[in-house]
Amino acid sequence: MTFLKTSVAKKVAMALSGLFLVLFILVHLAINLTLIYPGKEAFDAAVEFMGTNPLIQIMQPVLALGFIFHISMGIYLEWNNRSKRSVKYVNNNPKVASSWASRNMIWTGLFVLLFLIIHLLNYFVPFKTQEVSDHYVLVTGLFKSPVYTLIYVLAFISLGIHLSHGFQSAFQSLGTPRQKCHKFIVYSGNLFAFLVALGFSAIAIYFYFN
Amino acid sequence: MKLNLKIWRQAGPNAKGQMVDYKIDGVESDMSFLEMLDLLNEKLISKGDEPIAFDHDCREGICGMCSLYINGEAHGPDKLTTTCQLHMRRFNDGDTITIEPWRANAFPVIKDLIVDRSALDRIQQAGGYISVNTSGRTVDANNIPIPKKNADMAFDAATCIGCGACVATCKNASAMLFVSAKVAQFALLPQGRVEAAKRVQDMIAVMDAEGFGSCTNTGACEVECPKGISLTNIAILNKEFLLAQVK
Repeated sequence: MTFLKTSVAKKVAMALSGLFLVLFILVHLAINLTLIYPGKEAFDAAVEFMGTNPLIQIMQPVLALGFIFHISMGIYLEWNNRSKRSVKYVNNNPKVASSWASRNMIWTGLFVLLFLIIHLLNYFVPFKTQEVSDHYVLVTGLFKSPVYTLIYVLAFISLGIHLSHGFQSAFQSLGTPRQKCHKFIVYSGNLFAFLVALGFSAIAIYFYFN
Repeated sequence: MKLNLKIWRQAGPNAKGQMVDYKIDGVESDMSFLEMLDLLNEKLISKGDEPIAFDHDCREGICGMCSLYINGEAHGPDKLTTTCQLHMRRFNDGDTITIEPWRANAFPVIKDLIVDRSALDRIQQAGGYISVNTSGRTVDANNIPIPKKNADMAFDAATCIGCGACVATCKNASAMLFVSAKVAQFALLPQGRVEAAKRVQDMIAVMDAEGFGSCTNTGACEVECPKGISLTNIAILNKEFLLAQVK
């Protein structure tokens, strides 16, 4: 138990939960892309699979726990870290030494959380509680609202920024050999972050205009 | 050159501090930053004012005593440079320079610009050493083959002077770069492997207890470190800590 109380173990837990959520985003993006190509039939089949496959049903509460853990631990660590410097600098110039993304993980994360809540209310709750006849219509219909589409795009840009630091940070927390892998991890993390932001946003913008 | 200085003044650990403005004339561009403060202090003393307290010792960039948060950066604007090796040619006539102490709850202010960095000593005492019996039949260290890469990395880690710039610059006031350098310099060498698991756990336990924040891998510490201690050491620390759990 003393292991779990240490600051390093908490970072490892953030890294593992973050990478778990990365896998979820990958699956989600793959399903969403079927909205555009191949199209409605493939998307409906994917929704049917996600709604009925026993393994996915088991993973659903695990995923929810992953989200709850990553979010609550992230907020706790941010609050705890802020308490470690009671007297602030009068003149501080952090941008010379670190990236905006790395310093603002809490804000990009909280913005994604805000979107997550909207997304659950708009899509997941009706999906679970009501008889939705046509998921394709429900999903694409939401993108007719300019406000929803704007929030959606901003949320995924925010997630992209979050991932640009989070992805490589996770591997650093897990102690991957930095000299060998760091560049590869940073490049692949940035590429993944960019593709997630671009992929989700492009789908939303496509259906807004079509 | 003439300069406007804004300097943190605080009479004692529990006194309320504030930024105080000073104007100074006659600063030469070849003075070091600390010599500029010496000049200011001479003027203050001649006026009968209390001189500004600041830490310094070797003034050669190797002892780790000097500190100062200058214009929003630990050890000022130059990279790989301690405050004592920062020179006034880096500044221009008429510049305003803010000078603050390291800020972290684990580094309480003692007076003016001097902070108590003994928390780093206590982390070091928790495991930053190897236990070697030096009596009798000791083996020459050079008899043990060590890969050149490991020797170089261990040496680089060992160049940490414990100044605390990493803590001062970290948004979380984390001491991970310091602790990682002290862990890695031994973890990379055969002599250090014997106590590696206990060392990393003990040092992290004291690091947390001393009230430092946790590492969020922003990398600011590496950029501001006057000795260029690499984030590679933090990855080594994390790995060592995880491996220690399964031993």
